[in-house]
Amino acid sequence: MTDLKQLDLELRAGRLSRRDFLKAAALFGLSAAAPSVLLGNPAYAAAEPKKGGHLKIGTGHGSTSDSLDPASYENNCMQSAGKTIHNYLTQVDAKGQLGSELAETWEAADGAKKWTFKLRSGVEFHNGQKMTAKDVIASLKHHAGKDSKSGAKVIVDAIADMQADGDNTLVITLKEGNADLPYQLSDFHLAIMPADADGKVDAKAGVGCGYYKLKKFDPGVKTTVEKFPNHWNAGAVHLDSADFITIADVTARTNALTTGEIDVADRLDVKTLNLLARNKNVRVIETSGNAHYSMPMRCDTDPFKNNDVRLALKYAVDRPAMLETVLRGHGYIGNDHPIGRANRYLDKNLAQRAYDPEKAKFHLKKAGAEGLKVQLSTSDAAFAGAVDAAVLYKEQAAKAGIDVEIVREPSDGYWANVWMKKPFCFCYWGGRPTEDWAFSTAYAADAEWNDTAWKNEKFNQLLLQARSELDEAKRAAMYAEMQAILNDDGGTIIPIFNNYLTGVTDKVGTPEVIANDWDLDGQRAVLRWWKTA
Amino acid sequence: MLSILRLTLQRLGLGVLVLFVVSLIIFLGVELLPGDLCQAIQGQSATESTVAACRKDLGLDQSAPTRYVHWLQGIVKGDFGKSLANGRQISELISVRLQNTFFLAIVAAVIAVPLSLTLGILAALYRNSWFDRTINVFTLSSISFPEFFVAYILILVFSVKLGWFPSLSDVSPDTPFFERLYKVFLPALTLTLVVMAHMMRMTRAAIINLMASPYIEMAKFKGLSRGRIILHHALPNAWAPIVNVVALNLAYLIVGVVIVEVVFVYPGLGQLIVDSVQKRDIPVVQACSIIFAATYVVLNLTADILSIATNPRLLHPR
Repeated sequence: MTDLKQLDLELRAGRLSRRDFLKAAALFGLSAAAPSVLLGNPAYAAAEPKKGGHLKIGTGHGSTSDSLDPASYENNCMQSAGKTIHNYLTQVDAKGQLGSELAETWEAADGAKKWTFKLRSGVEFHNGQKMTAKDVIASLKHHAGKDSKSGAKVIVDAIADMQADGDNTLVITLKEGNADLPYQLSDFHLAIMPADADGKVDAKAGVGCGYYKLKKFDPGVKTTVEKFPNHWNAGAVHLDSADFITIADVTARTNALTTGEIDVADRLDVKTLNLLARNKNVRVIETSGNAHYSMPMRCDTDPFKNNDVRLALKYAVDRPAMLETVLRGHGYIGNDHPIGRANRYLDKNLAQRAYDPEKAKFHLKKAGAEGLKVQLSTSDAAFAGAVDAAVLYKEQAAKAGIDVEIVREPSDGYWANVWMKKPFCFCYWGGRPTEDWAFSTAYAADAEWNDTAWKNEKFNQLLLQARSELDEAKRAAMYAEMQAILNDDGGTIIPIFNNYLTGVTDKVGTPEVIANDWDLDGQRAVLRWWKTA
Repeated sequence: MLSILRLTLQRLGLGVLVLFVVSLIIFLGVELLPGDLCQAIQGQSATESTVAACRKDLGLDQSAPTRYVHWLQGIVKGDFGKSLANGRQISELISVRLQNTFFLAIVAAVIAVPLSLTLGILAALYRNSWFDRTINVFTLSSISFPEFFVAYILILVFSVKLGWFPSLSDVSPDTPFFERLYKVFLPALTLTLVVMAHMMRMTRAAIINLMASPYIEMAKFKGLSRGRIILHHALPNAWAPIVNVVALNLAYLIVGVVIVEVVFVYPGLGQLIVDSVQKRDIPVVQACSIIFAATYVVLNLTADILSIATNPRLLHPR
């Protein structure tokens, strides 16, 4: 640790740039979260949390079309606000460990097919109703059914049956075994809401049993929450109230942060981050999570049917250069599988694919596709900088003898008309907290968003096996093998993972460890942070 | 007086006709937008079955003419329908934002109109002097910069450096009047700088134009002071062009402030229409467009009537 302290000192003295610090820190084998903490002023982290105060969060997300229905939460603003208003059966803590929330304990039986949850008693909803297993069942059912528009439809559709055994016991029977169910139940969609006599929830009412209750909701403008004094664990949070203010323009957001009109700003602009870091009243919190940029190739379309072509294209990316150019180093390089640093079973021993034009040429030759020409569809709708990334890739691939033709697509309708449709394009994933979830969302043969149309038998077998495997070590081995298969055979290039960049003023206190599963401290900033003044 | 009333009614009738045509154009234009509302709402996470469910839910599976007729019937009754994206009543969604937009426009107009008229008159009075030149250079430069640039400069000076005014104008219906005034000062100032040049130069030009007329010559020979000539003899006859330009700029203050709203995070109609276009929230886009069109029609009507009232000759067109 002394070496680290030395590094930290040099960083503060200005002898070491932030980036060099991160590089050097990585050499010491630091975990992803550590540099972010060290970069912050230790005084904030060491201080005892102070009770009270009002936190204003400026987010780049949020739109006038937002709705309070948890099934429709689709952006960081609503998801973060949702986690203040609502409680979930389980929660993922700042260190990435699964913990209890409304469910006190749970156990699996019958090959992870039958799950019994013991629910907390004495939980009160904001409308005064007491929480029982019936409310949980109604809340989960809200996402199920043929007409469901919920983002959590996949999770609840896997449920065969739910039974309440008294007020505080819930038995869930799944169609197939799933060891990750408790993890999935922490999903931001699956908020527990009060049920009426008919066993239905009024999802748009914004009533939950969270630490905070909804005070005002003006979609696309501002959401205000205030502390709910009757919460079963009210002492755990520090703030009295909080605002989520939608500030779509990143310059406006940064301005508001520097002038102290807001306390927290998410999604900072990497291009001006260095200038912002000079401001003494602002500190930047950086976390490496699972969010990544990907380049899916349709494996049912020529020339991508041939794995050697795919491998050639994978070897033709200079990942560190792309990281440096597109994200100014605020991220980490990917290894062509979607498992990131916030996942449990990231295989650190899997060899990192490097930029190797010679190997790319070798694979092209093997595929008989020398002088390969491909069209790459891109638009900044995929992610900010996707057009730059495409230009960069064109240059890098040219050295391997691949001619990449860049097709600029309109931002409007990119997800509807380009992604999943064009043979080779750019895409963005927010990442998924569990391996099974990440794989079954976009890599399983029958996944609705299998954007590469990649079907690998071995991979799909392992996916099913690992899902119901309760032995940690065996699971880790299976997931490691799946990462290797994806790396070697998969249809997507995953060049870089992007960091979450959040700016806070000197009036905000944060705990030592900042979660990296989602943006804004696992979308729980309001529940974990405090005001120092 | 009776003829003015008749004229007003005539123009009003024409205005309604214009609005009808506009409604047709808006509807067709919106139909031509690429993409699909349900796809847009669900973004990357849309699947075929959820999209189909969503389309049925929102009535998008009906034919376009049917939807147009339903919509028009609704508007006549004052019912704009429900937002497709979040199911809220559009009239409720729009009313607060419309008030905000009008408030900002009024504040900007209250600063900009008297200021530019005064400056225009002064510039005409001291034509070709240093004062005239400075005013011209200043207003022309401020209109030449893009709005967001003017806004950022004002934020840098008044908000970041001096700290006098907030850079966020996040007003809500319960914000007290004076705080509201304080919060919208920077956006209003930005808009003032953007619209001032047009009005100021038109005032100056209209007056200078008249200064060559024989009756002004006569007034000069009578020995009247220059200021008196301009205010009492030239200005009354210069109103027609000035009023028209003012009306045009007022309309701009209401419908053209999207960028300023985004930079200052002001919850006005512009922000709503941008969000709605992105989300294919067609009823909201249509409602906003109709309101914008009505604004133009009403302001132009007012300008016409005012210029006729100040110049009775126009009542008897030959």
